[in-house]
Amino acid sequence: MTSLPITLTINGHRHELEVDPRVTLLDLLRERLDLTGTKKGCDRGQCGACTVLVDGKRINSCLALAVSHDGADVMTIEGVANGEELHPVQAAFIAHDGFQCGFCTPGQIMSTLGLIAEGQAGDDPERIREGLSGNICRCAAYGGIVEAVLEAQEQLAKADRRTAA
Amino acid sequence: MRDFDYIRPASIPDAIAAAAEPGSAYLAGGTNLLDLMKGGVTSPQRIVDISRLPELNRIERLEDGGLRIGALVRNADLAHDAAFAKAYPMVAEALLSGASAQLRNAATVGGNLLQRTRCSYFYDTASACNKRVSGAGCAALGGENRLHAVLGWSDACIATHPSDFCVPLVALDAVVEIEGKQGRRHVTLAEFHLLPGETPQRENALEPGDLIVAVRLPAEAASFAANARYLKVRERTSYAFALVSAAAALVVDGGKIRAARLALGGVAAKPWRARAAEAMLLGADANEATFASAADAALADASPSGDNAFKIELARRIVVRALTSAQAGTPERLPALPASPFSNIPGARHDA
Repeated sequence: MTSLPITLTINGHRHELEVDPRVTLLDLLRERLDLTGTKKGCDRGQCGACTVLVDGKRINSCLALAVSHDGADVMTIEGVANGEELHPVQAAFIAHDGFQCGFCTPGQIMSTLGLIAEGQAGDDPERIREGLSGNICRCAAYGGIVEAVLEAQEQLAKADRRTAA
Repeated sequence: MRDFDYIRPASIPDAIAAAAEPGSAYLAGGTNLLDLMKGGVTSPQRIVDISRLPELNRIERLEDGGLRIGALVRNADLAHDAAFAKAYPMVAEALLSGASAQLRNAATVGGNLLQRTRCSYFYDTASACNKRVSGAGCAALGGENRLHAVLGWSDACIATHPSDFCVPLVALDAVVEIEGKQGRRHVTLAEFHLLPGETPQRENALEPGDLIVAVRLPAEAASFAANARYLKVRERTSYAFALVSAAAALVVDGGKIRAARLALGGVAAKPWRARAAEAMLLGADANEATFASAADAALADASPSGDNAFKIELARRIVVRALTSAQAGTPERLPALPASPFSNIPGARHDA
């Protein structure tokens, strides 16, 4: 099969690419664009390490064909911080030990950004755990992750209030 | 993954023409298809990407009071549609009890109906499977089969249909709207999925090229909104397929059951509508004795297909508990753990 032309906006940068139709969004990010922050864990949609935001929604990039997302706006972990300044979710993961080995962390953070944007969990730890159940952490840092999500939401809400005022 | 031709048709007729060619597969959310392709379980020669087809991603209220859900509506968008969740709460609960948030953002209504069994022998290309290779035999018979079917199975196949969404849908008389080479037709969801018999490779009523364009709910489906629950027992609290699940919906007036709907998941190759149990519930007093009789009726034809006799008793108890919690009333807000027995379900005994 010949390669097909697609356009993707990734972390605000527009990319014009030729891709084999078999290439997943995950492999495109890692192997073609050297955006290796997004991790390949199971490669079968079971672990969540490959989570990215596509048009603002969290998905498993391992189960997405790049050609099928022609024109999409993609955000990966590399696009989360503002230069050297960490995003409140990133800072909260550090403050609350929301990881140990760190392999699942980019996926956890992208999934958390999706969770907060969805606005379904609120500050209920059980709803947060349920909302993040698609992200497996084999170091079992789950306690710290839930604390991090709660604090990040609080920080973001404060920032919103400041902006509104 | 094997090489394939990639086609992105601009219209439904173009899609149907392309997919009618042998070796074709439709791609929508891709959450099941790509997994199967990576494992070599299925190797389409041609992928027909319908994910951008116009008109298929709408939720429409029909003039007759029914609802038409476009085949490309994402699971998460449907479950979080406030009007939908209010009118059909057990469908929203079932959707949110399935997969993970990431998968629900990608997976579609049509794809959910067409997802393949999670039988591990179907996924393992080194094992015999009549679904994958017709006539090859069934490694699940005599294999690890504690999760397999207890209703409607055959010696050719004991796999289950894994959908949560389809269970309340079949209880609510959902209809599948299909477009094919001969035009549009409607098939009830109850008739859409096929039991294995001698032909387990044939899983549904679709012909080559046929495209699910929508799922419809009749007006009556919304009449159960006040007393409807989906309950799902899993081997872990979240992000797992059902061992056994049940969708139960009642209309109760003066202690008498005026209308009843009941369906089971995880027990058969199709979402299992329990019509004999519904007949028993109709007109009876809404109490635990009635619910227990209904559970017996729902499982009357069940038999173990392997090391899974426990699923029959489990299913009886889930039926009783689902009916009990339906009678207690649909909660104002979905529980933190949708459909989970570990959520505090009003009216249900923890050991039911």
